Amino acid sequence: MTQIIPAEGIFALLWVLIALPAVGAVILLFGGRRTNSWGPYLAVLTVVGSAVIGVLMLLALMDQPAEQRTVVQNVYDWVFVGSFQASFALQLDQLSMVFVLLITIVGALIHIYSLGYMAHDPDRRKFFGYLNLFVAAMLILVLANNYLLLYVGWEGVGLASYLLIGFWQRKPSAAAAAKKAFIINRVGDVGLSLAIMLIFITFGSITFQDVFGQASEASEGTLTAIGLLLLLAAAGKSAQFPLQAWLLDAMEGPTPVSALIHAATMVTAGVYLIVRSNAIYNAAIWAATAVVVVGLITIFMGAIIGSAKDDIKKSLAGSTMSQIGYMVFAAGLGPIGYIFAIFHLLTHGVYKAGLFLGAGSVMHGMNDTVNMRRYGALKGLMVITFITFMAGYLAIIGIPPFAGFWSKDEIIHAAFERNWIIGAATILAAGITGFYMTRMVAMTFFGKARWEDDAHPHESPPVMTIPLIILAIGSTFLGMALLFWGNIETWLEPVTGYESVPTPLPTAFYIAVTLVVVVIGAVIGWVMYARKEVPIEAPRGNVLTRAARQDLYGDAVNNVLVVQPTYRTAEALTTFDTKAVDGFVGGVTSFVGDLAVRLRRSQTGFVRSYALSMVGGVFIIVLALILVRLS
Amino acid sequence: MNFTPPSIDYFAISPMIVIFAAAVVSVLVEAFAPRSTRRFLQLLLVFGALITSLVLIILNASTRTLTAGGSVAIDGPALLFQGSIVILAILGVGLMAERSIDPVGDAFASRVSALPGSEEERQFTQRGYLQTEVWPLTLFAVLGMLLFVSANDLLLMFVALEVISLPLYLMTGMARRRRLISQEAALKYFLLGVFASAFFLYGAALVYGYSGSINFSEIAQTISSKPSESIILLIGIGMLMVGPLFKIGAVPFHQWVPDVYQGAPTPVVGFMAATVKIAAFGALLRLLYVAFGGVRWDWEPIIWIVASASMILGSILALVQTDIKRLLGYSWIAQAGFILVGLAAASPAGLQSTKFYVISYGFATVGTFAVVSMVRDSNGEATNLAAWAGLGRKSPIVAAALSIFLLGLAGIPLTSGFVSKFLVFVAAVEAGAAWLVIIGVVASLIAAFFYVRVIVIMFFSKPTEQTAVVAVPSAFTTVALAASVAVTVILGVMPQPVLDLLTNADVFIR
Repeated sequence: MTQIIPAEGIFALLWVLIALPAVGAVILLFGGRRTNSWGPYLAVLTVVGSAVIGVLMLLALMDQPAEQRTVVQNVYDWVFVGSFQASFALQLDQLSMVFVLLITIVGALIHIYSLGYMAHDPDRRKFFGYLNLFVAAMLILVLANNYLLLYVGWEGVGLASYLLIGFWQRKPSAAAAAKKAFIINRVGDVGLSLAIMLIFITFGSITFQDVFGQASEASEGTLTAIGLLLLLAAAGKSAQFPLQAWLLDAMEGPTPVSALIHAATMVTAGVYLIVRSNAIYNAAIWAATAVVVVGLITIFMGAIIGSAKDDIKKSLAGSTMSQIGYMVFAAGLGPIGYIFAIFHLLTHGVYKAGLFLGAGSVMHGMNDTVNMRRYGALKGLMVITFITFMAGYLAIIGIPPFAGFWSKDEIIHAAFERNWIIGAATILAAGITGFYMTRMVAMTFFGKARWEDDAHPHESPPVMTIPLIILAIGSTFLGMALLFWGNIETWLEPVTGYESVPTPLPTAFYIAVTLVVVVIGAVIGWVMYARKEVPIEAPRGNVLTRAARQDLYGDAVNNVLVVQPTYRTAEALTTFDTKAVDGFVGGVTSFVGDLAVRLRRSQTGFVRSYALSMVGGVFIIVLALILVRLS
Repeated sequence: MNFTPPSIDYFAISPMIVIFAAAVVSVLVEAFAPRSTRRFLQLLLVFGALITSLVLIILNASTRTLTAGGSVAIDGPALLFQGSIVILAILGVGLMAERSIDPVGDAFASRVSALPGSEEERQFTQRGYLQTEVWPLTLFAVLGMLLFVSANDLLLMFVALEVISLPLYLMTGMARRRRLISQEAALKYFLLGVFASAFFLYGAALVYGYSGSINFSEIAQTISSKPSESIILLIGIGMLMVGPLFKIGAVPFHQWVPDVYQGAPTPVVGFMAATVKIAAFGALLRLLYVAFGGVRWDWEPIIWIVASASMILGSILALVQTDIKRLLGYSWIAQAGFILVGLAAASPAGLQSTKFYVISYGFATVGTFAVVSMVRDSNGEATNLAAWAGLGRKSPIVAAALSIFLLGLAGIPLTSGFVSKFLVFVAAVEAGAAWLVIIGVVASLIAAFFYVRVIVIMFFSKPTEQTAVVAVPSAFTTVALAASVAVTVILGVMPQPVLDLLTNADVFIR
């Protein structure tokens, strides 16, 4: 049984962790032009400060016995109405701790990198303000001790994300992408807010402690409903099927944003939500199965999209979808998977941030071109970028001993513990990962130069390459470090639970098969894109390629199923509301119908129809009152 | 024949007496004071009366009494609503007093009686006359609202409804610019308002026929003693609800809202959108909870229907609007629906959330219209959304303030709107109306879309030649704007003190 320990010593600073970047955001966003010169440095300092506090807390937490690693700090009572109580209270435990470190350390590196990347942007100050806002909101999300406060962080990261996607206002596509991200995320938020209400009704509380303690007492139907609503929320935030459409467009934002928000941290919030709510999914097998299905579909969707895109960032975005699919999938497997979902989330956060920043470094040297068909042969000109990118590449496709190998391998193994069909599917997807990542590396760094005429590729300044080097080191060693030195399994176990089921064949067999499939994928990619000439104009491609270039028709589906019907309804209602009222009222009963005819003769203009609808309204209300009484 | 006059607790009703006296004096000022001093005197009178009234309301904070023969109830909810109305009226009057924004003068026609476009009108404008009739009208409207939330019998409630309505009809028609739209809106508002009042009055007659009394407490007693014989009662309740529901702008009594929002002078819209909604909800709460609490099972479903229709229709229709004022009009309809969700819960939590929602909504609304009144082009206010493109680049602070209000209305966390929406929904779920909450959450999803559309237009679009400019306001508007921003944020971050206040002011006196 976990014990809650009071927020004393270093843990008394829990709120400071959030306050630092929050204050930074306020100063930068409201300080006006006078903060232009030093603002960005302040932003970096606040996040570095949070990272330092985070590391100190980790050390302090490790000193505690395993069952006493949950700290709760009540900052103030936020909303207390009757039986509904929501505090602004923070909870640090093993799960939040790893997120805090991921957010602050990767966040700090990306802040530093942005000093170089955004050096010439006139709105640099605002950019750093938004970044700080994001870090603060993300920390609220992972440190909340109840669902309502989690929702605050959830919306906060969303807000920061839209602001940053649309940051380059000169591009109309950026504004459209920001709006799209907002709307699709709102759909997910509907799930979360309904889930919170259902949780409150069921358990009479919304704090994690109370809810998870009583989870086994609720009926399975209710828990399934809660689980599915939470899954909807997770799908929106983490770009999982069917709410995946926004992530590819979100690449309109500056590249550091794509690295921090749309690869390493925010998009993994859905995984956090599911793992955090593990007590609910453990007791709701159908909801957990739905999580597995959604994850599996997205693994393949993302991989296929990643294989077809020529835009380096969009290809990486497809890859992110796919990798988060792995995490969601693992989280759906239950206690055999939660730990590995988080393990993969951490390694992915580091190597994908490295890959994105590497892509940014390439773009920086290539006049912001994102089309990989205009890259090629860059390995000699951008040595540091190339080497660090290769570290990320080897990590994501899962070559030992790089970070991704350890975490992905564990997920594949967990899948086989459950069912060999889904296990085989994850291996196949790993092969596709090998293919598209090799394609990306081959098109960018190898082959012949296909540069635009005015391109002068060059290595980026140290302020950008140093974060790349640090992330590359992480991509190489983090997997081993967490597994062998950090004992991630025993570390997370008190929060997530852990069980292991024996598999029919020895573990080494699955590893070997996976590696063979990955290498086959990589070789195909190499043959197609490094050995052969890459045309500058994209060939027409087969049906799947063309579909993948259209994001597997995600937009078209949304348009036909949601957008068009909504607008058509709105237009129809407008007509109805202003013009067709007579007919409506006339149809209700002959009494009002007669009245309508009489009134129509005596009056002209719109007031007539307005008044008629009022009569109709009164009639309906009175009728309903009487019907209610009679029934 | 002995006539015993009812005993009156003058101190309890002093907030209303002050406003009433000031309104009467204000009419005299209009008649006798020289033109040059009129505006100054009127403003002094209006602000003085409102502030005095607010002080008296605060001094009355612990009063819980039925007075004037049981027809006026001064209790927690009444004082709370009166206080909020007066505070919002002060902010709203600030918007109306503004005259730095329009180079010609304030927002009102210099002589309302002059035909639009006539030679007479041109002369009045040229001489720079400012019209000051709006001030006594405002005071009378405020008086009506204070009375509306404390009226404890049907007749007084009707009188209060009329005292609110008549000045507002006139004020709607007073816009300096686009006068024809303004006058058309006033006429529509008047005709439909009278229509609604007639229903209310007929309902009152039916309920009197049923219970033999117009006093809420006595009606409630009758209902509890003879519940079966009640078709007349039901018809009466249905018709009585029309009065407040019309003022709230709930579907199906909503059609006037977009027209009036678009046509009326913007400061007047800001004033009435905030205050009338509070007054109407206050009256509706008292009517339904005190007089008809005994037949709650009968009227609850009606509120459900009206609430869901308002949320859905308002949100969807707002999607296709291109005029900011019309858009806000439809948003008001949707918001009315959201607030009714709390009322439908018919529980202490529902009551509290309804009050919290309507008050926080009032502040966001005043602020929104303060911004709308400041965004201008050569023809006056630029209400077409096309003119708002890129406003965030040209005037970041004003655009940021508006964004806060819109995010609040959309219900994004750490704004007042989030807390209020959440509380309303929780109350409804607890009361067993889960399906209503699902409709509400989906409607708020749609609503978020059009609120954010405005933000996107302001911040993520390039300024064009059409882009409006933001006029620099005087202290009147600035204070109203700043206060609204502060309240919207504070009620989102630290709502607890206000929630405690609402808990203390929870009980209707019967």
